[in-house]
Amino acid sequence: MSTEAGETGLAAPGQTIESVTRTVSAIPLDGPHRRFWWMGFLASFLGVMVLLASISWIFVKGVGVWGINMPVAWGFAIVNFVWWIGIGHAGTFISAILLLLHQEWRTSINRFTEAMTLFAVACAGLYPLLHLGRPQYFYWLLPYPDTMGLWPQFRSPLVWDMFAVSTYATVSLLFWYVGLLPDLATLRDRAATPMRSRVYGLLCLGWRGEGTHWHHYKKLYLILAGLAAPLVVSVHSIVGMDFAIAILPGWHSTIFPPYFVAGAIFSGFAMVLTLVIPLRAVYGLKGMITDRHLDLMAKVMLTMGLAVAYGYFSEFFGAWRSGDIYERYVAVNRLVGPYAGYFWALVACNIAAPQFLWFSAVRRNTLALFAVAMAINLGMWLERFVIVVTSLHRDFVPSSWGLYHATFWDYSTFAGTIGLFLSLLFLFIRFLPAISMTEMRALVVKEGRAGH
Amino acid sequence: MKPSSFGILGEFNTEESYLTALGELAREGYNSIETYTPYAVDGEEEVLPRLPTPIGVVMLVAGITGGISAFFMQWYAARDYPINVGGRPLNSWPAFIPVTFELTVLSAALAGVATLLFLARFPRLHHPVFSAARFQRATQDRFFICVRPTRRHSELSSRAALIKAGAESVEVLPP
Repeated sequence: MSTEAGETGLAAPGQTIESVTRTVSAIPLDGPHRRFWWMGFLASFLGVMVLLASISWIFVKGVGVWGINMPVAWGFAIVNFVWWIGIGHAGTFISAILLLLHQEWRTSINRFTEAMTLFAVACAGLYPLLHLGRPQYFYWLLPYPDTMGLWPQFRSPLVWDMFAVSTYATVSLLFWYVGLLPDLATLRDRAATPMRSRVYGLLCLGWRGEGTHWHHYKKLYLILAGLAAPLVVSVHSIVGMDFAIAILPGWHSTIFPPYFVAGAIFSGFAMVLTLVIPLRAVYGLKGMITDRHLDLMAKVMLTMGLAVAYGYFSEFFGAWRSGDIYERYVAVNRLVGPYAGYFWALVACNIAAPQFLWFSAVRRNTLALFAVAMAINLGMWLERFVIVVTSLHRDFVPSSWGLYHATFWDYSTFAGTIGLFLSLLFLFIRFLPAISMTEMRALVVKEGRAGH
Repeated sequence: MKPSSFGILGEFNTEESYLTALGELAREGYNSIETYTPYAVDGEEEVLPRLPTPIGVVMLVAGITGGISAFFMQWYAARDYPINVGGRPLNSWPAFIPVTFELTVLSAALAGVATLLFLARFPRLHHPVFSAARFQRATQDRFFICVRPTRRHSELSSRAALIKAGAESVEVLPP
């Protein structure tokens, strides 16, 4: 092939459509680095076992095994729900919004981040259902023809969440699967054994790269991206409204929806970097997920970090300007109250740590970047903890104040969902192409043309 | 008379040679052509014009229908099981917007994917092109043009035209 890439730093010099196909399809077909994969997968799968045990115990004993009580009835379940669903948002942002903005650097990372979205949403979705108290009746949230003549309360944010999260999961899955079809066909045609060829052949539905199909496909993919873009904004806005619609001081604020969306993209990019940096090192994908990709993601993360910092500032400014004694008390209580340690740790992780990303030396240093991303992962978890717990534990009447203490089962459920998330990612890397070969081929050919 | 083959399949190494060949075949009046490529080739429509795809219209209609139905469902639910909160109106439409929006998007997305499957006749696990020995490369790194037999163009002339257009290999597909 005379077409080579390398002009824009989005693909290493010398990449051709053959090399892209060979490198990417080798991972699911040959299963390299088996020792790494098995160790990682088994460790994560242990987490799944912990999750199953925790969920079983919740079904047996009820949500009382968690540390939730009056006045803090939300606790880890909602903190983790918001954290996980926020992580998912970067995937949709990368695959949909950057596609619409013609940002070609999304090409090599969109498949992986879409998978991350799906798995994060799977973890997120568990929490509100478990938190219902009687999780076996979760379907009461759906409008189904029940014998009691009842309807879900459509004015309730819990019902909005049900529709938002299930729509988000379904549309993300469709978008991901439609994007996978041509790549599954490649795996079908490269598979060494008839069995594998058959399985991938069934999954790709008989894709054959026909021009007419591409014609419909391109249009569908573009419109799905156009639908996913407002969807991702709506999902975290609705999560923000779960809080903002309550009259609780510290929650009842119009800044919540946009500030939650910015926080979601911020934490999502941090998680993408956390996963992509080891992935590309282990599987030798540095030719496709280049240093320039990491640099660009770090810049998006910095921008979102500043938006989030503005959100914190605006919360305090709003509390002060409201003149409301309870609003003001919650703001001060965050700074110096019993959970002040969490608050200042969050400031260090979410406001201070991203400032290192102004320096290109940090953005180009994978270890430093990984450290910043980890700090942000932690910081965004702390942010949700601070929002949920500080507002609830001291609201209006001091006689109903209290403290929140997480229990063993809170931590085990959280560890369990991390295990579930990582197990699904390990399975994804092992059996499906982690980089969109189709889109990489088009990119490599285009770059080659521009370079000659 | 039933044609003796599905068509003649020509293989091309690069995007450039493939696009040139498409142009040449079009100029020579071959109008029953299908292509098989490893990615959606930019600029293919200029050489090989296609009918506009109905997917956009279908998704628009499905989205609007889904949205209206979702709003109607909530409006109906508010009347079927009225909850009087301090005399507030039952049709509290601002609170119905989130679910209306979500179901609009969901209906459009589901309809779009269903339309793709319908238009492509998927799942279809077998097709004459799969019998070509080199067709496996069509999903990897080669570009294929299939010239279907018509009244005006015999198999022989199609074959010659593909070779003249620069095909690396030419195969006859079984019917």
